[in-house]
Amino acid sequence: MANFSTSEFKSGLKIMLDGDPCNIIENEFVKPGKGQAFNRVKFRNLKTGRVNERTFKSNESAEGADVIEMELEYSYTDGEFWHFMDPATYEQYAADANAIAECKNWLKEQYVYTVTLWDGSPLLVAAPNFVNLIVAETDPGLKGDTSGGGGKPATLETGAVVRVPLFIEIGELLRVDTRSGEYVERAKV
Amino acid sequence: MAYNWQPSADIATLKRRAQYLADVRRFFAARDVLEVETPILSLAAPTAPYMASFSTDFIPLGSLSKQAYYLQTSPEFAMKRLLAANLGAIYQIARVFRNGEQGRLHSPEFTMLEWYRPELSLNQLMDEVNQLVQKVFCLNQVSRLSYRGIFEFYLKINVFSCATEQLKQCALTRITGLPADLQLDRDGWLELLMSHVIEPRLAAMNLAVFIYDFPASQAQLAKIKKDEAGNDVAERFELYIAGVEIANGYNELLDAGELKRRFTEDNKQRQAQAMPVMPMDNNLLAAMKSGIPECSGVALGFDRIVMLALNKQEIQSVQSFTFGDA
Repeated sequence: MANFSTSEFKSGLKIMLDGDPCNIIENEFVKPGKGQAFNRVKFRNLKTGRVNERTFKSNESAEGADVIEMELEYSYTDGEFWHFMDPATYEQYAADANAIAECKNWLKEQYVYTVTLWDGSPLLVAAPNFVNLIVAETDPGLKGDTSGGGGKPATLETGAVVRVPLFIEIGELLRVDTRSGEYVERAKV
Repeated sequence: MAYNWQPSADIATLKRRAQYLADVRRFFAARDVLEVETPILSLAAPTAPYMASFSTDFIPLGSLSKQAYYLQTSPEFAMKRLLAANLGAIYQIARVFRNGEQGRLHSPEFTMLEWYRPELSLNQLMDEVNQLVQKVFCLNQVSRLSYRGIFEFYLKINVFSCATEQLKQCALTRITGLPADLQLDRDGWLELLMSHVIEPRLAAMNLAVFIYDFPASQAQLAKIKKDEAGNDVAERFELYIAGVEIANGYNELLDAGELKRRFTEDNKQRQAQAMPVMPMDNNLLAAMKSGIPECSGVALGFDRIVMLALNKQEIQSVQSFTFGDA
């Protein structure tokens, strides 16, 4: 992988720091008039998700990280790994529990997810902003109540629990916002 | 590819900038300070180890010979030759060039307001800078703190008596994400603490402050004296406004022998760091030998002060075009 000097550090550049792939958020050039130059770099560790700061001398460099994002279709889980497929090439990718931790509640077969690959292996799986999921369990619906006032918990087919209006029944398909974990509307089949 | 031909500053800002230039000229005219122009290209260049000059070649028509010329990093050397010629108080609004420096507060090409006052002490020059800051740029009054005082205030460290190891430990504790194996000399640690710890605090408090009496090792082209505690200090000040370094002033070093010694020392340090050795300015040395009157001088980053006066966040937003789109 190519090396990048501090002057090439830009928001979005992926580099290796302490053995972990990181995504640069911000890079500030700091130099007193006649003094030494430094770069203060803010980055997200793509393995831990944490944001950190690092100060580099301005002539230093870092190795680029082989990190790419792909749109992959979720196929199935064997309990240990979650398998995704490139719909164009049918190539398979296995993500571990860490990688899917954030979107576990929104994983549904044949949906397409944004998968960040590091050296060819899934590092992070991100759910689309909206998914349609079937209600697996909820208290009986109140016929005629379409006001949406109040609400009740519903367990969806993926195990996610969301608050839904009282009129929602088992077996219905719901549109859910994965960022907030909130019910949006009944989905059209 | 789409070309980004539009100015990086908005039209209102460009108009304000022009007004500030006119106001600066009026400020100096009222004080009988003469505007001068000096060459941008020079055969010599500053030797300061962390200053990189742009260079180009002069090729006389029909000739195969080449002569290297350097773009000025400040008009200092030529202006001092004018002082030696007894021109009196002078100022210049100059385009200056510093290779490699690019960022939110840095542009490789920028405008420097530099002036020299043969009849003023360094303290009186600070008064004048203070007036300029308030009258022309309508910024707050500037307070004063010694270099020792500001490190004591923010870091509880005596910069003259503490061990270098103590500065390093202080930096490693106070600055997040500093590599544990970072190697710097004493002034390197001091500068790092200044830029990474003190400047952000000055910014947070929105303070305008002159920092004066720098350690003698950071004298640059200033005279050295003893402070009241007997430490060797440089007769130098820096103006910081809201954590941004705005101006650097000296009681000017007038000893040609000492200046030559500092140039040579700089070049030795350059050599040790595998950086090019710069041709020192022999004309300046000769002018100093013939005699420059006692004087103080200051260089002020014009773009930066306009930036602060107009509450802009980056230098590009007060320049007509960015370096990248020049």
